[in-house]
Formats: sequence, C-alpha cells, structure tokens
Amino acid sequence: MLNESIRSLLAVALGAFALPAFAALNILACEPEWGALAQELGGDKVSIYNATNAFQDPHHVQAKPSLLARARNADLVVCTGSQLEIGWLPILQQQAGNPKIQTGQPGNFEAARLVRMLEVPSSVDRSLGDVHPGGNPHIQTDPRNIGLVAAGLAQRLAEVDPANSAFYQANYKAFAERWKAAILNWEKQAAPLKGMNIVVHHKAFVYLENWLGLKEIAALEPKPGVEPTSAHLSEVLALLQRQPAKAVIRAAYTDGRGSEWLAERAKIPAVMLPFTVGGSERAKDLFGLYDDTVQKLLSALNQAAGKI
Amino acid sequence: MKVRCIPLLVALTAIPVAASAADDADLRALRDEVARMRQTYEKRIDALEQRLAQAESKAAAAESVAAKAETAAALPPTAPVGANAFNPNISLILSGLYSNLSSDPAGYRITGFHLPSGALADIRPQRGFSLTESELGISANVDQLFYGAMNFAVHPDNTVSTEEAFVQTTSLPQGLTVKAGRYFSGIGYLNEQHAHAWDFIDAPLPYQAFLGGQFNNDGVQLRWLAPTDTYLEIGAELGRGANYPGTGRNKNGSGASAIFAHLGGDVGASNNWRAGLSLLTTSPQDRQWDDIDAVDAPITNSFTGSSKLWIADAVWKWAPNGNTNNTNFKLQGEYLRRIEDGTLVYNSAAAGSYSATQSGWYVQGIYQFAPYWRVGLRTERLDTGTVDYGVNNASLLRPDYAPARNALMLDFNPSEFSRLRLQLAQDKSRQGVTDNQLFLQYQMSLGAHGAHKF
Repeated sequence: MLNESIRSLLAVALGAFALPAFAALNILACEPEWGALAQELGGDKVSIYNATNAFQDPHHVQAKPSLLARARNADLVVCTGSQLEIGWLPILQQQAGNPKIQTGQPGNFEAARLVRMLEVPSSVDRSLGDVHPGGNPHIQTDPRNIGLVAAGLAQRLAEVDPANSAFYQANYKAFAERWKAAILNWEKQAAPLKGMNIVVHHKAFVYLENWLGLKEIAALEPKPGVEPTSAHLSEVLALLQRQPAKAVIRAAYTDGRGSEWLAERAKIPAVMLPFTVGGSERAKDLFGLYDDTVQKLLSALNQAAGKI
Repeated sequence: MKVRCIPLLVALTAIPVAASAADDADLRALRDEVARMRQTYEKRIDALEQRLAQAESKAAAAESVAAKAETAAALPPTAPVGANAFNPNISLILSGLYSNLSSDPAGYRITGFHLPSGALADIRPQRGFSLTESELGISANVDQLFYGAMNFAVHPDNTVSTEEAFVQTTSLPQGLTVKAGRYFSGIGYLNEQHAHAWDFIDAPLPYQAFLGGQFNNDGVQLRWLAPTDTYLEIGAELGRGANYPGTGRNKNGSGASAIFAHLGGDVGASNNWRAGLSLLTTSPQDRQWDDIDAVDAPITNSFTGSSKLWIADAVWKWAPNGNTNNTNFKLQGEYLRRIEDGTLVYNSAAAGSYSATQSGWYVQGIYQFAPYWRVGLRTERLDTGTVDYGVNNASLLRPDYAPARNALMLDFNPSEFSRLRLQLAQDKSRQGVTDNQLFLQYQMSLGAHGAHKF
C-alpha cells in the first residue's frame, strides 16, 4: 500500500519534471540565425530559445541565470563556434549540469565547422585585437553558409532525435530547395553590388563581401573589437578621399556614432544591416534577413549614385 | 545546334520560290511536302532546344555542387598535433596597486569584530606600491567526466597561496554538479568570484568582518540546477572549514557546512537578476585574536563554539536590449548576519560563555556610461550587535560603534583584458579614525580567454 502510493507519487513527480523535456527537442541557439534555421528544419518538433538577440554583441554576453536554466534543459545547443561564444558558453557548459551539451557531444553543434572559414590568422596575439584563432566567426552574412550549415544541422537533429529523422530530412529538402532559389534571386538582385567599395564598422562582413563581391576599403575599428577612435576615423576619412566608398555598413547591435560621423563627412550613406534574424523590421526570418540586406545595400548604392 | 539548323531551314523554304515553272498539282504536293518537313524540323528544333536547356541547368547544378564540395573541403584548421596538444588552458592575472592612506594602517582593525591576526593581515591596507592578487590559473577537461582547475595567487607580502584547486563533474545528469578540492564557497554573491572580477579593489566591509575577505574551503560541493525555465539552484557543501570564521581542527568529519539557494531570471530583454540565501556553519576551535580589554591592556582571547553566518544577496543588471557594449548598470547588495555561541577564554586564563549576534551590509552600483568607462559607488555598514561575554562582561569592551566605509571608483577598460582603476574611499572601520584612501590599480589578464560568471 505504502509502496504503491510512494511509487505513484514518484511517478507524478517525475512526470512533472520529465514532461516538458519530452514534449519537443529543446534547442538553445546561441545566435538568432541558428534559432531561425533550427526552426525551419525542426518545425513543431523543436522548442527553441535564443540566447541572444540581434541587438546584442555575441562576443559580449553574460552567462546570466536565465541562460543557465535553458542550458540545463537543452538537448542541443546550436552555436557559431570559432570562439565567438568563448566568454560565456563554457560557463553554461560547466554549471548547467547537462552532459548532453558538452563539447564533442552530439548535443553541441558548431556551425563554423561546416563552412570554409575566412581570415584564419596564421598567428594570434592579443595586440591584434579580438582575433579568432579559428577564423572570422561571422559566417552568417553569406547565405550559402546557411545552406551548408542547414545540411549539417538536419543531420545533427536526426542524430539527437532519431524518432523524427525523416521529418527533419524532409524539412531540410524543402528548405534547401527554397534556399537555393532564394540565393539565385538575391544574387540576381545584387549583381549591381559587385565591386562596390564599402567601409565596415567591425570586420563582421567578410563573408558577405566574399559572396557579393563587395570591396572592403577600411574598418572603423582600428583593431577588431576596439571601438573607433577619432584619430582612426580621421585616417579612414582621409583614405576615402583617395579611394571613395559607396557606403559605411554596420551590424544592428553596433553603436552608430562612428558610422554617422564618417557618413556625414564622406557624404556616403550609413547603412545598418540586420546582421541576423530580428535585426530589422524586415529580417523576420532567414529569408527576410537577406532580402533586407541586399535591398539596403542596393538602396545605398542608388543613393550614392544619385548624389554624383 | 540551333544555329546550324537555321540555314537548312532557310534553304528548304526557299525551294518553292525557285519551282515557279512546275504545275499547280506538283506545286501543291511540293508545298505540302515542304510544310511537313518544316513541321518535322521545327519539332526537332524544339526538342533540341529543350535538351539544351536541360543540359544547361544540369551544368549549373554541377557547378554549385562543385562549389559546395570546395567549401566543404576547406574545413577549419584541425587541432594541433604533438605532445603539447593536450596542454591545459593557462591564464595569468597581473595586478598591482598604489595606495595613499591618510591614517597609519599599522593598528588596523574593525572595531567590535574579532578577526584572527592572519585574517586581519589579509585585509589590512598597505601604503605605497604593492602587488595585489596576481593569479596564475590552469584549467582543462580531465576526461569525459571531469574538469579540473587550479589558481595560485601571489600576495603583497610575496607569499603564494592556492586559492582554488578542484575537480568538477561535467557529465552528471539532471542538473547535478559535484566539485571536490579547494574552492571558493558558493555562499553569497561575491564570495565565489575571484578578486579580479570584483568591481572594487577590496572586498566590502561585511565580507572582511565575517569572512576575512573571502571564504574558501577544502571539501566537497553538490549543486543542483532545477529543470525550470526560471533559474533555481540549490547547493550544499561539506568541508574542512580551516579558514576564518572556522579554524583548523584535529578531528574527523566536517568542520564547515554550507547550504545555499539562488533564484534568477530575466525581466524583458534589458534586465536580469539573481537573488540568493546562504548559510555557512563552522565550528571554530580556539580561534584566537588580539584585543584590548577594559583597562586598555593588550590581550589575546580565543573562541570555541559554533558560528552561523546567514547571507542574503541580490544583484540586478540592466543593459539596453541586453547590449552591454555602450551602457549598462549593475546594482548589487548583500546582508550578512552572524550568530556565534560557545566559550571564550579571556587572555588565555578566564573561560566564560560567549554569544554574539552581529550583522553588516553593503550596497553598490556600477554604471558604464561610455564604452570602456565605468563609475561605481559602494556603501558599507557594520552593526556590532549584541555581544555577551558572560562572566567576562566586566573585563571586555563592548564598543557601541558602527564601522562604515564609502567608496567611489572609476575604471577604464581598454579591452576585455585590461583595466585601470581609481578608487577613493573613506574608511571608518576603526572607532575614532577616519582614513581617507586613494588607490590606483591595474589589472590585466593574459593567456586563455577567461569566461566570467554572472
């Protein structure tokens, strides 16, 4: 009798804890673009929590209590890697008491491992600023990388949640097709951008430049991760006299003062790109992200052309 | 192919014009024949065009596959090979200080609080130039089950101590973590942070009075993180308790136990918070301190009994949209209350009962007003509370004094790895002495990128 009541009590208690975990695959996405991608592939089989929003610098995030709580229940963490999250993800892994998300486990997914990394330094030294030994981590600015990561993530979802593997594969197929068509469309729209000279705030757009054939003339940060100084801004302005650029671009989370300063003096538009999902009104999902990115660059180019 | 077909077609359609001499029937037959031929050729051309389009799209697909294969082939650099591939992460904290104190720190003590001379030496400020805690940290995963870390600190008096040396599980399920070795206890908010992560150069007055600055313990710690979306963590520790408020003991079992609970979460995208309640229980044996008795004679007292320290802590952080780069604000406060019961030996001679309930608190706010620049204000108070020396009540002092300190700091952080700090403080922890303090400090970290706790 007593045994039975204890057993039923235990069952209720365990059920209360276990239910949310079994309802869907819990995914903690380090950045919103991976949350959006996981949503495309996982549909209603996954429950996604984005650790950061588009207005946060993913380099500088704190291992705050809410993230620890989400890391504790995550079946899968989807992050960029290449040390982008080195300031906070290790703490989540250490303190969450969750073996699934430890490095090397199937529940730890690093997008950067699936793409060709650019700006991989041959040597690293902190005097060079915030450099990443694995290469520039801002891979999501090229939609072709999203396509590559999607393939890997679909496989990983199937590995972590084998019961729904057919579902993930079917979703991936559908997504890949739409994505391919969308990329062709963006590339067609963006054709006039080829060879466009730009100034960037942070060296966060190297993959975008590589994709659309933009030419980066200068960065407002004297060194990666170091805020623009007035001396450096003046140097960039002087450089633009010799080598004019069409626009100065920055991510949604970046302070706009440096860009505005330069834009005003160099008489070029300052463009805030969404950088990730949620970074602008139109960047509601991955498709919107690149729609908006391409449109903003095109309108900057037109604006520059209109002035001359 | 399409181009090659066209002249043929032109030639064929030109034939009827040349055949004007032929009769009508022949002509009609010929025209029909030509029309048939034209149809056939047009069909064939259509088919060829379709095939061409197919071939073109196939070629494009092949190209994109090739491009993909190229990008996939160039994977990020692999891990280094060789004997040092598994070397642990090494990080170094370098820190130094210049202090200008208006009062002589020689007789430094906190009026009404009985700190052993060792603990007092750790918190006593020094004049002039000195090293502050410079740390060497080594850490790595041990294997698939454990993580290990060790921290050495170089102190101003050129001694080296082991601040932490512990192993910790990484693979226990259900939110459980076990730590063993020497570690900073999980009590309170500030206690678990290393000194270089503090926002002021020194620990607040209640931490100095009740913990000698910071409490580390040799023992085991169990933590459990609840499976809820709201952060709830519960922890328990058993340990040696050799450090103040405990003492070294020649005894089996545990000399210090701690339990703590933390609750936390977000309020919108811009705010997050954590609050906690902790209890540290130690059983000091013959804890000695130097004092002055009621007739102003220097004496040495000792305490044996039980010491219970309660800590309530809360921290609130704000940053617009959670973006801490430009501006952010942190408000933090802790309340500490200690209850001690046992026997007190007055100047190594007269034993009597001892019971004391004392408390203290601090509140501090740190505001980053521009990238790299932060300003902070801290206020600290102690309450000497009720102290009962039993039979020794007449011989020992029970000062009616509330030690206090206020500190203002400004720091400049050119990168994540370096910090220069100015701190001005007015220290009234000694009755009758107001010490106006000025500190200049540098703090740099190099080596492995440290991840900081909340």
